[in-house]
Amino acid sequence: MRYATPASAKEAAGMLSKEKGAAFLLAGGTDLLVKLKMGMVEPDLVVDIKRIPKIDQIQTSAKGFVIGAAVSGSMIGQHKGLRAAWPGVVEAANLIGSDQIQGRATLVGNLCNASPAADSVPAMIAAGAKAVIVGPQKKRTVPVEKVVQGPGKTCLGKGEVIEAITLPKPEARTGDAYLRFIPRTEMDIAVVGVAISLKLERGIVKKAKVALGAVAPTAVVVPGAARALVGSKLDEAALEKLAAACSAACNPIDDKRGTVEYRIRVAGVLAKRAAKIAFQRAGGAL
Amino acid sequence: MSNATLVSTTVNGDPVQFACPTDESLMTALRNRVGLTGVKEGCGTGDCGACSVTLDGSLVCACLVLGVEAEGREVTTVEGLSQDGELHVLQQKFIDHAALQCGICTPGFLVAAKTLLDRNPNPDETEIRYALAGNLCRCTGYDKIVRAVQDAAKDMRKANKKRR
Repeated sequence: MRYATPASAKEAAGMLSKEKGAAFLLAGGTDLLVKLKMGMVEPDLVVDIKRIPKIDQIQTSAKGFVIGAAVSGSMIGQHKGLRAAWPGVVEAANLIGSDQIQGRATLVGNLCNASPAADSVPAMIAAGAKAVIVGPQKKRTVPVEKVVQGPGKTCLGKGEVIEAITLPKPEARTGDAYLRFIPRTEMDIAVVGVAISLKLERGIVKKAKVALGAVAPTAVVVPGAARALVGSKLDEAALEKLAAACSAACNPIDDKRGTVEYRIRVAGVLAKRAAKIAFQRAGGAL
Repeated sequence: MSNATLVSTTVNGDPVQFACPTDESLMTALRNRVGLTGVKEGCGTGDCGACSVTLDGSLVCACLVLGVEAEGREVTTVEGLSQDGELHVLQQKFIDHAALQCGICTPGFLVAAKTLLDRNPNPDETEIRYALAGNLCRCTGYDKIVRAVQDAAKDMRKANKKRR
């Protein structure tokens, strides 16, 4: 196994695209090293992006945030600006694994591992996050909901690398929240995850975005759930419509953590709770 | 050893060089090449926390880090806790509270608890339990460990006050 530490995302993309054998990108390594240990992958080349300047930094500008591909969960959790602007994204990222995993795991890794149950993905989608993709030739920016195409499958072409996640500066009176259900109190994989971001105007929901995790092959955006909230003060009727829309959008599997029926029902329950948290974070009074 | 890479790093404050294959974990390199066997192998897949070390101050599972990634970084293991032959308060409190039996998980718990107390000198029980959720113990159970950490935190806060 060859180990390379490129000095730029473009150089990393070039290395990955030219490699004839099995090539893997290494950031936090919390998925790759497990696969290596289990013998699920046998890399000829591992490209460690952590020596790329600024890739382990969160940059703040007038437009919002640029979170480098090697920024760990614990760095996200310690970033005051990000916590204030997008608490739902931060709480989703920080739910992944233990403190040890948080020391290494990244948003981009969570996205590119392409698990249907990835906690940070619905939260990033609800917040309007985008992935900055660098290829050997060109750069493109893609909304996070377009990156994952199925379990373990992404839209990335050969050699393409996500160098950062961008989050917009939140508009005034915006709030987001992420809730997941697991049978334990920590260290588990989501049975259902719900992320909601909404914007208020005079106490009424003006805009909303709802995304579900772990209830379909990929995270799902639910426009009907957003429509249920818009124009409401989050009254019981709106919350019921939200729950129904979320449950209707589920296409889950049965497994040891939850049955199909259970996941469908819990999606609605969590959506109501997440909506209330997002509403209060946006400054709304319940 | 084919395909070995020379790695220059700092371990517990000392400059260290070792040569390891590129696919060897930092856990294995620390144990077999640096001789720091306080880094324990439990699961080898990041679930149990027995191999907890800090890498540039961040708590990580050494089994989920490649040895070659340590180049130019600072690593701290359980061996770095005691100073001048004196046990760290946490180590002493684990003994006082009988917070260990077989001891395999203990180094990981100590490193994780030290990282917690560096960040939060006065954690409540829930905070301690969440912070140590990545460390599994299969014999003592967690109550004594939590109590040892609380007691150590108390002593460390007192010592800090005196220093001021």
